[in-house]
Amino acid sequence: MSENLYENIGGASAVEAAVDLFYRKVLTDPEVSAFFDSTDMDGQRAKQKSFLTMVFGGPHEYSGKDMRAAHAKLVDDGLNDSHFDKVAGHLQTTLQELGVDSGSIAEVMAIAGSTRDDVLNR
Amino acid sequence: MAQINFAAARHELTPDETVLECLERNGHEIPFSCRTGVCLTCMMRLRDGTPPSASQNGLRQGQIEQGYFLPCVCRLAETGADLEVEAPTDAELFGRAVVSDLAPLSATVCRLRLRTSVPLFYHAGQFINLRRGDGLMRAYSLASVPQLDETLELHIKRLGGGRMSNWIYDDLRLGEALDIQGPNGDCYYIGGDTARPLLLIGNGTGLAPLYGIARDALAHGHNGPIHLYHGSRTAKGLYYRDELMALAQAHENFHYTACLSGEESEARAAIGAREGRAEAVALGEHGSLEGWGVYLCGYPPMVKTAKKWAFLAGAALEDILADPYEMQDLRRLPRD
Repeated sequence: MSENLYENIGGASAVEAAVDLFYRKVLTDPEVSAFFDSTDMDGQRAKQKSFLTMVFGGPHEYSGKDMRAAHAKLVDDGLNDSHFDKVAGHLQTTLQELGVDSGSIAEVMAIAGSTRDDVLNR
Repeated sequence: MAQINFAAARHELTPDETVLECLERNGHEIPFSCRTGVCLTCMMRLRDGTPPSASQNGLRQGQIEQGYFLPCVCRLAETGADLEVEAPTDAELFGRAVVSDLAPLSATVCRLRLRTSVPLFYHAGQFINLRRGDGLMRAYSLASVPQLDETLELHIKRLGGGRMSNWIYDDLRLGEALDIQGPNGDCYYIGGDTARPLLLIGNGTGLAPLYGIARDALAHGHNGPIHLYHGSRTAKGLYYRDELMALAQAHENFHYTACLSGEESEARAAIGAREGRAEAVALGEHGSLEGWGVYLCGYPPMVKTAKKWAFLAGAALEDILADPYEMQDLRRLPRD
């Protein structure tokens, strides 16, 4: 990962620009929206922001343990690789729509991909 | 586990317990209402220690600097640190207000106007806590606008078993004094872009903050369209229709739509109301909400549904401001 991925993408303002776009995509995707169907939208938006900050290479407090705990119930409800791929796809589309360069997108997708086993509790 | 030091006693918190729950379990009587970090009824003050930031969400910067926090959403498992806390003294939190007007607006809603000896600095749409002599306290939203109205205006719905609302209806008299705390909340008109469209959706007495916000926006020279939808199951819940129609007459960018979800078509036609819930009518009439400011006030299920729909219609989540009555969260004490 390059030293300055987070700065290249645009830092906190990029997270701010991406979070609503990304969240709206997952909520409107019938295959994954149920997993995001929280009544606490503000709380969930905050979680999306910390997730995006992490995959953008920014300062974060996420640990593998947090990832596992946060998704354990969803895995019980059937969360699997195909859902993970769908959400990753929405992340990629979001970045493309925001005009992020392809090199940075590849780095972000690599970080996101590294969370797969924790998210799916394997 | 972390400990809480209060009233010269130390109590250990269980891992998933809030400070409020711990104090109650140990026999302390702490006033509370929503238990979800919204109403500020249970607000306490730190003497020592750092609380988790979640317990100071929604407080004003000045309050945070003075060490106020909300024990109902304060879990110490997050930080693991002990806290020493105290109940705030009355004079720090409460001011006096005198009843200057009490008038029915419909069969089930009345208007209460209060005069304070020193002006309260607030935004229309924020809420205050109203407390009577025996300590019973409830939150009500402000329908008044500081630069337009000399008094604070609240809309009170009479609820079946409601101790506060029934007392206001039956026993409260002009000239009587009450304690008020506030203003609280962040659901109010934000200036700046006076041209952007605003969507205001409310049901029940959720109209109170919206009526204030709409007039506040107009008083600030807002020239973008302002669409207010007020929903009720029955026609008698649609109060302030004359005032809202007069506002629409006076301002061509203000639009008022009454929505009835439970009445027959003749009853709807008689007052020119639309069929359906306010949020469904409102979201159905407008396409993309990109760039809109959205205000949602009323019963939590409506607020939550409408928040999601507005977001999916393109409104940014930070542009959706809400003032839900959190009454379904009151598991131990019915809100009245």
